[in-house]
Amino acid sequence: MMAKQLSVFIENRQGRLHEVLSVLKKNDVNILSLSLADTTEYGLLRLIVNNPEKGKEKLAEDGFSTMLTDVLVVKIAHKVGSLQVFLDLLSQNSISIEYMYGLSVDGDDAYVVLKASNLDKVAKILVDNGIDTLSDEQLFGICK
Amino acid sequence: MIWSKEETLSRKEIEEIQLSRLIETVNRVYEKVKPYREKMDAAGIKPDDIKSLSDLSKLPFVTKQDLRDNYPFGLFAVPKDDLVRIHASSGTTGKPTVVGYTQKDLEVWTECVSRIACMGGAQKDDIAQICFGYGMFTGALGLHYGLENIGATIVPSSTGNSEKQIMFMKDFGTTLLVATPSYALRLAEVAREMGYDPIKDLKVKIALVGSEMLTDAMREEMYKYWGNDLKVTSNYGMSELMGPGVSGECLYMDGLHINEDYFIPEIINPETGEVLPEGEKGELVVTCIKKDALPLIRYRTKDITRLNYQPCKCGRTFCRMENLSGRSDDMLKIRGVNVFPSQIEEVVLSFNELGPHYEIIVEREGYSDLLTIRVELAKSTDSFGELEQLSKNIRAKIRTVLGLDAKIKLESPNTLQRFEGKAKRIKDLRSSK
Repeated sequence: MMAKQLSVFIENRQGRLHEVLSVLKKNDVNILSLSLADTTEYGLLRLIVNNPEKGKEKLAEDGFSTMLTDVLVVKIAHKVGSLQVFLDLLSQNSISIEYMYGLSVDGDDAYVVLKASNLDKVAKILVDNGIDTLSDEQLFGICK
Repeated sequence: MIWSKEETLSRKEIEEIQLSRLIETVNRVYEKVKPYREKMDAAGIKPDDIKSLSDLSKLPFVTKQDLRDNYPFGLFAVPKDDLVRIHASSGTTGKPTVVGYTQKDLEVWTECVSRIACMGGAQKDDIAQICFGYGMFTGALGLHYGLENIGATIVPSSTGNSEKQIMFMKDFGTTLLVATPSYALRLAEVAREMGYDPIKDLKVKIALVGSEMLTDAMREEMYKYWGNDLKVTSNYGMSELMGPGVSGECLYMDGLHINEDYFIPEIINPETGEVLPEGEKGELVVTCIKKDALPLIRYRTKDITRLNYQPCKCGRTFCRMENLSGRSDDMLKIRGVNVFPSQIEEVVLSFNELGPHYEIIVEREGYSDLLTIRVELAKSTDSFGELEQLSKNIRAKIRTVLGLDAKIKLESPNTLQRFEGKAKRIKDLRSSK
């Protein structure tokens, strides 16, 4: 039920993000969702893509520091308050979130990409509470 | 094997030889070399003022600039007729520095290199391939005569045509290699490309490396390519002083023995010129005390090292200089603190999260200097926490080593410029403002 996230280290320099995206485009890697967080010196670009292994390989060839990280892509209802309810559940179970970003698709459902320190425990909580997650295969299905 | 009995003299005996030779040299240059006379007169020193070895520090320094100003033969202490050889340094800027030798000088040179070759394990039955460029450069001919003198078989293959070098090694059974550390590694690479395993298919057991700093990391690489039982020792010298043969490592590899009966070493503070006590790190200054043609006095080598006067386990008593840790030309003064790039390199290399490349940037911010160190990430991470911790750890280590606060800039792999020759890792932007 874990999904692979592609993370890329980028310096805060004009054109760096563009370079990453060019590599992905050239190699036909499609982006489903992204989050870009930065400090004054550098940023981390986190991506959900249709082919993370290929993305990693091609970016590394171009000299980027990149890695694959396990994350959970959690399905929540596309309506007011559903994210709050979900976070409530995590909070009750003393889970600290490292980062989270949205992945919207058409229809009634929305997804959030979630990374926490104890991801296996989160996964179990989700199963126990009947909350769906998207596996890699399902993700690739979304973006064909 | 110890080549000469001089190498094991007592400190007292060494100092007696040094003093008598120093006095003779100072008197001779004062009489015969006008620029020396002028320098000494300007400093208010007469040859008679030199009564003990500690009086050496009263004499003015000689620099590379003095050699340039007196190009080509102005500092020579013998008539041109007496010269039997001329060499010159590469001289990357302007005129090269020219050095000359009398027949006697060549004999001393050969003696010095013979000692160093023996220290590195060379013997009569060695087949010595000299992969230094023959020509105006002193490296090749210096090692050539020294090794020939101890009875080794010389293969004067010079530099270049690496495939042919390997062919000679294979066909002649070369046992001893003379090269720069980087060329020795390159040759091993070429051997591998040609389908040979340098460890099994070649017989090289000794490497006498010089004319480049031999760092511990480089020595490890040498073992990796040429085998763990390779005897790799570094030797030191420069054309101004003679060429190779000023000092060399013995097989204990705990410093380079200086041929003290021919050279007097001093360590100075490169800023003030003040002589530093034994064991302190600073710029090496060398006085030639047994040279006819070009006896340089208190020559500033710009090389940074320290001296150790304890007798060595090998039995030699000559003082030892540590493997070079940089050049005083590279020294930066940041917020009043002397910083050598090699200190920063040491910190960078100690983190396995980082690649070996780095760049040092010094800027002026208001009235203060700002030190920035750019480094490359070798290990990937998805966590800001880890990146911040890494920056913090590097900063802390820099602060411990230099006593300075630095800004650490983490960069992607392959961002920093790569260098084929001498690396330029420092950007001092203060002077341009």
